[in-house]
Amino acid sequence: MRPAGRGELDSLYFTYPHFPAPVRTPGPETRRPVVIAGAGPVGMTAALTLAQYGIRSLLLDRKDTFNDGSRAICISRSSYYILERLGALQPFLDKALGWTRGRSFYRGRQILEFDMPDSADEKFRPMYNLQQQYIEAFLWQAVTANPLIETRWQSEVTGISEEPQGVTLTVSDPGGSYALPAQWVLAADGARSAIRQMRGLRLQGENYEGRYVIADVQMAHDYPTIRRALFDPVSRPGGTVLIHRQPDNIWRIDYQLRDDESAEEATREENVRAAVAAVLAEIGQDSPWQLEWWSVYSANTLALEDYRDGRVIFVGDSAHIVPIFGVRGLNNGLADAQNIGWKLAFVLTGQAGEALIDSYTPERRGATLDVFANAGKSTRFMTPPDAGWRLMRDAALSLALTRSSAGRLANPRQMTPYTYAASPATASDDPAFSDGPIPGALMPDVALETGFLSDRMGPGFTLLRFGAGAAACDDPALTLVDLPADGPVGRAYGARPGTAYLIRPDLHIAGRWHQADATTLCQTLNRLLARTEETTA
Amino acid sequence: MTDADLERLYEAMAETLGTLPRTDHALYLAKLALALAETLDDTPQALAVIAECRQGLLPEGAPA
Repeated sequence: MRPAGRGELDSLYFTYPHFPAPVRTPGPETRRPVVIAGAGPVGMTAALTLAQYGIRSLLLDRKDTFNDGSRAICISRSSYYILERLGALQPFLDKALGWTRGRSFYRGRQILEFDMPDSADEKFRPMYNLQQQYIEAFLWQAVTANPLIETRWQSEVTGISEEPQGVTLTVSDPGGSYALPAQWVLAADGARSAIRQMRGLRLQGENYEGRYVIADVQMAHDYPTIRRALFDPVSRPGGTVLIHRQPDNIWRIDYQLRDDESAEEATREENVRAAVAAVLAEIGQDSPWQLEWWSVYSANTLALEDYRDGRVIFVGDSAHIVPIFGVRGLNNGLADAQNIGWKLAFVLTGQAGEALIDSYTPERRGATLDVFANAGKSTRFMTPPDAGWRLMRDAALSLALTRSSAGRLANPRQMTPYTYAASPATASDDPAFSDGPIPGALMPDVALETGFLSDRMGPGFTLLRFGAGAAACDDPALTLVDLPADGPVGRAYGARPGTAYLIRPDLHIAGRWHQADATTLCQTLNRLLARTEETTA
Repeated sequence: MTDADLERLYEAMAETLGTLPRTDHALYLAKLALALAETLDDTPQALAVIAECRQGLLPEGAPA
């Protein structure tokens, strides 16, 4: 929502583009390898990932511009690796605000400062703040530059039917309705996914009581990019307020509604202004500010049982809705898109068997369930459900003044990339290792003399070979990287001469062998990619 | 004590409070503090913790 007198897309700092309706050539549409419903950050990331492997896709979106408002503003380190692999990272690096630090306040007093894990071996900061419309605009730059991706705006999916060779969508645009056949459909059409409803699928899980307003203001405000959490603040007794800095002098004020406040009342402009003014007075902002945009949301933990329904695959918010505190909505969506993107591309190019697709749900739904497990804890802390939890929460906050252990109870549990330990696309661990990252984990990056280990990863799978004469596998999907066993990478990976790590296209570790041999490597790669006689290269 | 242990105690206390009427929360917590202090069996340390927990509950600048 925006202040009275301004249109829905009438931003103080961002010009929304207008995308015209598609000009279609008459006649039946050819069957597309992949049609992606939804040209938001998730849909565009899926299209760019497929294009990396030469797979054409068609993006559909019912709107004629980007999503309105800043929405998801925290991009995690792991998402930066995804954007980097898509060749789309530079504008993000130029614009976004990186941060590592959070400060918590209790009744107006700073009680805790924490730093998220960071070191010289990390190529990117733990978190970057950037408004979602910039995220979409920067991905859109990469999409328009890519000849393998066609986009049709103002195009709504109104029907779906499945046949043996794929799926046929009914698409409506200002020029009429038409049938669009596809081998695979990725439903990246958001939390209210029309495709999910047409397929008769429902999200399962819990709706939490807590409701929150997020409001953006533009102001000159002298404070570094540090996330502030105000517990029981003077401006909102009993509530919790979060403050984030964004580019273009935009500040996000996020506050919880009391049980007796209705969402309708709370989102009226004068009430948002009053709530924001109180918070700004508390943080010492006495110069003018302008209200840019606001919205309301509730904390839910909802997911589909299976992210795959035949040849329709759900990606991002259409498959799961997570509470905002973990900053997992956008970041998990991007990881979903990359995960299904490379797998589908490997299947469509004949480098993997179709069964590889079935590793998508356990891996990405697993990541969602992991968020849910932590969401209960963080939601209880941010918005205690009863007097007992509130009293203990306040006690922990107050005790954090003198004890760092109590401060750790207040530490937001956010953004540890999920480990795909129990996945058909991950090998079991070699018990000979005593340290180093385990299969399924996102590969730890390491600073090299020039650049980082991640810079040396190939487009498909990568085999890290430690020491001279280590085993390899002759496979077109594999890039070999030779490293000394006693160097910085060897130490971080618990390697000795002969050790090998197999890294997936999404930089998760597929398997590792303390003493690798070629036969095991090749067999493992074939098995993880679900290759059959036909697909084995 | 590990962070996980501390969290377990924190949760056990919150859940126990949830089984009691709000009007008895202060009484329960005072009983709990007295019992834990006795179990600690270290009077000087218990007195130090008693003083420590007062911090942050008075306006800044108030006499400690």
